[in-house]
Amino acid sequence: MTKGKIHSFESFGATDGPGIRFVVFVQGCNFRCKYCHNPDTWGRDKGMEVTADAVIEKALRYRAYWGKDGGITVSGGEPLLQIDFLTELFKKAKENGINTTIDTAGEPFTFDEPFISKFDELMKYTDLVMLDIKSINPKTHKLLTGFDGQNVLEMAKYLDKLNVPVWIRHVLVPTVTDFDEDLEKLSEFIKTLNNVKKAEILPYHTMGIYKWEALGYTYPLKDIDPPTEDRIENAKNKIKI
Amino acid sequence: MREFNQWSGFKGKKWKLEINTRDFIQNNYTPYDGDEAFLAGPTEATSKLWGKLQKLQKEERAKGGVLDMDTDIVSSLTSHKPGYIDEDMKELEQIVGLQTDKPLKRAFMPFGGIKMAEEALTTYGYTPNPELHKIFTDYHKTHNQGVYDAYTPEMRAARKNKIITGLPDTYGRGRIVGDYRRVALYGIDILIEGKKNDFSNCGEGTMSEDVIRLREEITMQINALYGIKEMAKLYGFDISEPAKNAKEACQWLYFGYLAAIKTQNGAAMSIGRISTFLDIYIQRDLDNGILTEVEAQELVDHLVMKLRMVKFARIPSYNELFSGDPVWATLSIAGKGLDGRSMVTKSDFRFLHTLENMGPSPEPNLTVLYSSKLPETFRRYASSISIRTSSIQYENDDVMRPEWGDDYAICCCVSATQIGKEMQFFGARANLAKCLLYAINGGVDAKTRVQVGPKYNAITSEYLDYDEVMEKYDAMMEWLVDVYVNTLNLIHYMHDKYYYEAAEMALIDTDVRRTFATGIAGFSHVVDSLSAIKYAKVKTIRDESGFVVDFETTGEFPKYGNDDDRADDIAVWLLGTFIEKIKKRHTYRNSEPTTSILTITSNVVYGKATAALPDGRKAGAPLAPGANPSYGAEQNGLLASLNSLTKLPYEWALDGISNTQTISPDTLGHDEGERVTNLVNVLDGYFDKGAHHLNVNVFGTEKLIDCMEHPEKEEYANFTIRVSGYAVKFIDLTREQQLDVISRTCHKSM
Repeated sequence: MTKGKIHSFESFGATDGPGIRFVVFVQGCNFRCKYCHNPDTWGRDKGMEVTADAVIEKALRYRAYWGKDGGITVSGGEPLLQIDFLTELFKKAKENGINTTIDTAGEPFTFDEPFISKFDELMKYTDLVMLDIKSINPKTHKLLTGFDGQNVLEMAKYLDKLNVPVWIRHVLVPTVTDFDEDLEKLSEFIKTLNNVKKAEILPYHTMGIYKWEALGYTYPLKDIDPPTEDRIENAKNKIKI
Repeated sequence: MREFNQWSGFKGKKWKLEINTRDFIQNNYTPYDGDEAFLAGPTEATSKLWGKLQKLQKEERAKGGVLDMDTDIVSSLTSHKPGYIDEDMKELEQIVGLQTDKPLKRAFMPFGGIKMAEEALTTYGYTPNPELHKIFTDYHKTHNQGVYDAYTPEMRAARKNKIITGLPDTYGRGRIVGDYRRVALYGIDILIEGKKNDFSNCGEGTMSEDVIRLREEITMQINALYGIKEMAKLYGFDISEPAKNAKEACQWLYFGYLAAIKTQNGAAMSIGRISTFLDIYIQRDLDNGILTEVEAQELVDHLVMKLRMVKFARIPSYNELFSGDPVWATLSIAGKGLDGRSMVTKSDFRFLHTLENMGPSPEPNLTVLYSSKLPETFRRYASSISIRTSSIQYENDDVMRPEWGDDYAICCCVSATQIGKEMQFFGARANLAKCLLYAINGGVDAKTRVQVGPKYNAITSEYLDYDEVMEKYDAMMEWLVDVYVNTLNLIHYMHDKYYYEAAEMALIDTDVRRTFATGIAGFSHVVDSLSAIKYAKVKTIRDESGFVVDFETTGEFPKYGNDDDRADDIAVWLLGTFIEKIKKRHTYRNSEPTTSILTITSNVVYGKATAALPDGRKAGAPLAPGANPSYGAEQNGLLASLNSLTKLPYEWALDGISNTQTISPDTLGHDEGERVTNLVNVLDGYFDKGAHHLNVNVFGTEKLIDCMEHPEKEEYANFTIRVSGYAVKFIDLTREQQLDVISRTCHKSM
């Protein structure tokens, strides 16, 4: 049995997918997003090792709160880095009739083997992918994360092809991603997809800064304030589906 | 069988043959499963009166918390001439009746204790009347005097050292809910007839002490019923006969309640479960075309306005325990019947709607008797009002109904009582965290260094051994429970003797069921401390005399509030052990012992008197309130914390298990619709798993901090929050308590 590297669990995720979610934060991510609010999940060598069975057992303790919509969301860190574990977990979740959601930024996505076959298998057990598109603009994407993000867009298209339901999420950072031109481009891209059920704007917030400081990292966006209500509205209107 | 024109259209027979409000309700109410669209806004009269009342409340706050006080009149049913919110607008008041002759003026109530009544006056700059002082010291004994005449030195020491706190020995014990609905349904004369019949059937055979006492009590009840009639007459109403319409039903019922709050200053003076009952009258009038929805809502608004005005004169040490001037005019709504029908009526919506028509308010202490099987429309509406006002508490009807039937109400913060069938001997809390320290230090109090408990051997080892601690803790708890129960026995004996609740008991069956309500403070800290001793290493820090003053805990240990059975099993053990010890003892008047895990705001005062604990809590820091996990202990989010609470069997704590949670709006969902759905799901899950109680607050810490720094802002005048067991205006808390509330876990996402 593959063990997952887990950072932590949250029993009450009400903004991490449909309804109330049991959120599994996995350990490890290759992106180095400048506004990351979970930098403590970056390192791939840390975290506790947990089996899929143990996660399911833990999650089921909260089933009574899920109502019609809730279930498990795997977030992180980057869930797709642990695709074997994720597949096993979701397969078991589906055996138990649990709704499954992945919260991903798509970094590991590639059409190369063995990843793509594994990905196809995973999608059989996945009810929803929340895909965080950091930027439609490769330069901005690179600046923010260290990668140009073109494979993330490929992943979005591929999910469309597989007809897997998707929520697109986009973090609005003043002076970095909050440009009408980029937002409109993103919107055009989303419109080419038929599987997008929701497109969300996540206003940049500063609540993760303390974690950077605790880890002894320098926070790169120190001088940037959260976006104004006007700009949030503007972005929401722009990417509305 | 009795018949009255006032009962025309009402079905059923049993309630006509005997006094039986429940039977009347079950035969006549109309369940409602629609939504809130039918509700009406405030009338002009409501807005005017509420506006005036808010002005008075502002003046009251400006004057240091008290607007006016009586110094020369001893409060009784007929001691005051009629009072109105505003003499010039009295024709606008649909429901009339005040505790004194003026709004928010506090009555003089010396029967609980003359010293307390006088101290309340001098605290706010009033001069006690020397003649009344003489009467209540030289000629008439008070409850307080009786208690102190009989206390043992051990009881005094336990009280003084605050291992037992909040004893009702200087004021009314409260928690007795008269069936005020009886006044409306039957009128006073039938009730007098019933009590006279009981009197004549009481005392065949030996005149034992029990029988003599009961005969005296019934006579006092009958006299009180005559008094209630007189009181109503002063306001121009003859309540001898049943109420004939909705307005009279609200008024008659309120007179019953007014009688209680004119004669008793109990810590909790609840009105009971009245929505389904009143709905029957409102629905009949609506059907007959003599009442409109606007008028129906106005009646409910005006009744609730009266409940927002209940006041008692209190002393500073009382306010420290129960901060923010609460009276627990608890009003219980919803619930299900024994036959499976939902008891939600349109009037249950109307009572919730008062929080929209007149804004948030701590009183009445609005309690939803919750079940996931109640209509979804109602659950959603209650949740939406919670999210907007943070003024509602929820209690699990599915666990209470099997114990108390379908005509119980919450009589205090969270404690259930059968209406008209039962009374409670309420009594404070035992500080089990302090008890643990007594076990370690051989019965000596860490703060005063007085030998309060028995002189057992103290623990002498450097590191605490779990088995040794458990053995000593068990013995010390045995002592504590003994002195606690005996203290309560004594208090309630004296209360019955010197401060009997004649007006309330007149509206309760003569053959009354009695419960004996004990309580626990420091719950989570004991659990985590024992867990630390069991799973980590706890080193004692001693002063030069060898007395343990602090602890050094190294290593990880499971904490209560994380759905971790290792810690939660200790919690279950602690509750079970305590109630088992209580049940072994004789309780006054053969009452049934119960317990609660509930502290109210007294967690701050209790904490001050409690030294450092092995769980890492520092000396003097507030204890976690009620059955809440300790500050910072919750590491896996809201539902993990809730799950820990669901493991405590309600049957072992029939007096209630209080839990207060604050969720920031952003964490609950992206928009109003999502938030409502998610809160409903949280409540459904929590209560389906068998939990008892939840206070729901929805706001962020930022709002609390801003409110603390800028209490003068208009938006904060009525900003209400739920604390352990009741609701309070945040600006009415002491700064210490405000900081305590702010420091508590606010569930928010990172």
